[in-house]
Amino acid sequence: MNKPESGIAARLRIDQRLIADMIAPGSRVLDVGCGDGILLDRLVHEREVDGRGIELSQEGVNNCVSRGLAVVQGDAQTDLINYPDDAFDYVILSQTLPAIFDVKGLLAEMLRIGHRAIVSFPNFAYWRLRADLFFGGRSPVSRRLPYAWHESPNIRFFTLTDFTVLLDEMGLATEKIVTIDGPGNVATREHIGPWSNLLTEQAVFLISRG
Amino acid sequence: MTLPNAHKARRLVPEPTLMNMTTSPNDGVTNAGEIIAVEPAVTDLPGHRLVLGADKPMRLASGQLLGPFTVAYQTYGTLNADKSNAILVCHALTGDQYVAEAHPVTGRPGWWERVVGPGLTVDTERYFVICVNVLAGCMGSAGPKDIDPRTGHPFGLDFPLITITDMVAAQKLVVEHLGIEKLFAVIGGSMGAMQTLEWAARYPEMVFCAIPIAGAARHSAQNIAFHEVGRQAIMADPNWAGGDYYGHDTRPERGLAVARMAAHITYLSDSALHTKFGRNLQDRQAVTFGFDADFQIESYLRHQGRSFVDRFDANSYLYITRAMDYFDMAAEHGDNLALAFEKSPVRFCLISFTSDWLFPTSESRRIVHALNAVAAPVSFVEIETESGHDAFLLEEPEFFRILSGFLQGAADIHGLGSARV
Repeated sequence: MNKPESGIAARLRIDQRLIADMIAPGSRVLDVGCGDGILLDRLVHEREVDGRGIELSQEGVNNCVSRGLAVVQGDAQTDLINYPDDAFDYVILSQTLPAIFDVKGLLAEMLRIGHRAIVSFPNFAYWRLRADLFFGGRSPVSRRLPYAWHESPNIRFFTLTDFTVLLDEMGLATEKIVTIDGPGNVATREHIGPWSNLLTEQAVFLISRG
Repeated sequence: MTLPNAHKARRLVPEPTLMNMTTSPNDGVTNAGEIIAVEPAVTDLPGHRLVLGADKPMRLASGQLLGPFTVAYQTYGTLNADKSNAILVCHALTGDQYVAEAHPVTGRPGWWERVVGPGLTVDTERYFVICVNVLAGCMGSAGPKDIDPRTGHPFGLDFPLITITDMVAAQKLVVEHLGIEKLFAVIGGSMGAMQTLEWAARYPEMVFCAIPIAGAARHSAQNIAFHEVGRQAIMADPNWAGGDYYGHDTRPERGLAVARMAAHITYLSDSALHTKFGRNLQDRQAVTFGFDADFQIESYLRHQGRSFVDRFDANSYLYITRAMDYFDMAAEHGDNLALAFEKSPVRFCLISFTSDWLFPTSESRRIVHALNAVAAPVSFVEIETESGHDAFLLEEPEFFRILSGFLQGAADIHGLGSARV
């Protein structure tokens, strides 16, 4: 009531908008690595979801709680274990997967505590990144991967195709894939081929238990 | 039993007698089931009084029945028409109901005047704030200095042992007396956090949101140890006289002051002490090769001890520290804390402070994990500060910002909006 809702909505990243569109109103949502809580705030106030968050950074948590969100300071990689099975309809992981050590463990936990997982991440096979490496001979730095190699929190550099192979390996079902290319065109895809792996800058996956 | 090193402390604490070291608070106490009436000894303090347990005595955790007995409470702000804007503030060990006004005994500002008041974080132009002096307290609620009508004398250690659960049960009767079916919020720091947690676990249908600050779901061994030091300091004071000092000219002031001094150290942090005092000397250029308060920290602690005895009853200190020691929410749930909060609809906001080693962040995190396990709505922040456990009483803008934001968010959901009453 004291918050400019439209302002918050306007500040959503494109992948966050796509994530929000995947979530049914009134559902139970956990946003893992929720940052300043911008997405969670929109979900709570516009979709009437029962929204919770986990965030590692103290500053992020403080901002979330001071805007009235149910967010706890914690580590996605150790703290999901405390939640019961099927506690949520959706567990969101937006732009955090590259920084995760135990990727399979985290995905498995997300789908234990949630019926569905929504994961957004940058595609390391995006053509601009390939070109940086191929022609420039340097580790790519982009708006989605904005860190120099020596200071990046990201430890996993993976492609769209890598991720689909992992989901297959884990026996998880992909319900929806939305890709975003460099100019910001959004496309819903049934599967990822070489061409979409080249042109997609980032993607959002809706995943469920196999 | 005698303290092996008691002679070393002779300057402050005279050697204890065998009698008062072995006196157990349970000696001479009535059997469980007997109804204990309490006549208030203090009646001249400002604020509200309520006689409880007159028709139906209140059952204590010890099994004893209490009634009639008096509780003292204060309120600030105005209860709205549908009685939905009430906030119960739970005070800490040595706090009382004078949250946001000058203390009637010391004249000093209320203990949470920074937080509770018109336009402040807990805005009394918007919320109706209640604070009840805890059972066994000494500011008007039934406690050991009150009169036992069976003898006509103060109870002393014949007053029944009180637990956090009992304190909260009495608060619930006050809330019901005020016609409030559901508190918008219960807020408390330290022992107040214990009460807040107990409220949320015991009466979840009466609490919309709970804000335990610098708290724990159990009193740790270290905390029990510090309390025991404080109690032994009181009991070692010959003026304590087995707890029966009320009719005498002297009170166990030195014992209580030492208890306060020891406890006060636990409320601060090493870095805060270093910043504030360091090794600075008190009004002198060099150490005196004696046992005067050479150091500023000594002088400060002695002052803390001295000023405490003016406003606090030594037996109350024994009882309330004991209530904290007995607190262990998981115990009655087979050590599974999560079960205490099962199906709780209460929205929680836990706040801890980085330099608090008395109720460290790990204790709050333990509660958060238990709340996660039952998928309760919970917010949890750890505030960066060097002020130690006492940070919740001090000027901490980030803490105020978070408390205010959480309350606003909860008020929106509770339908309180931003309208003032």
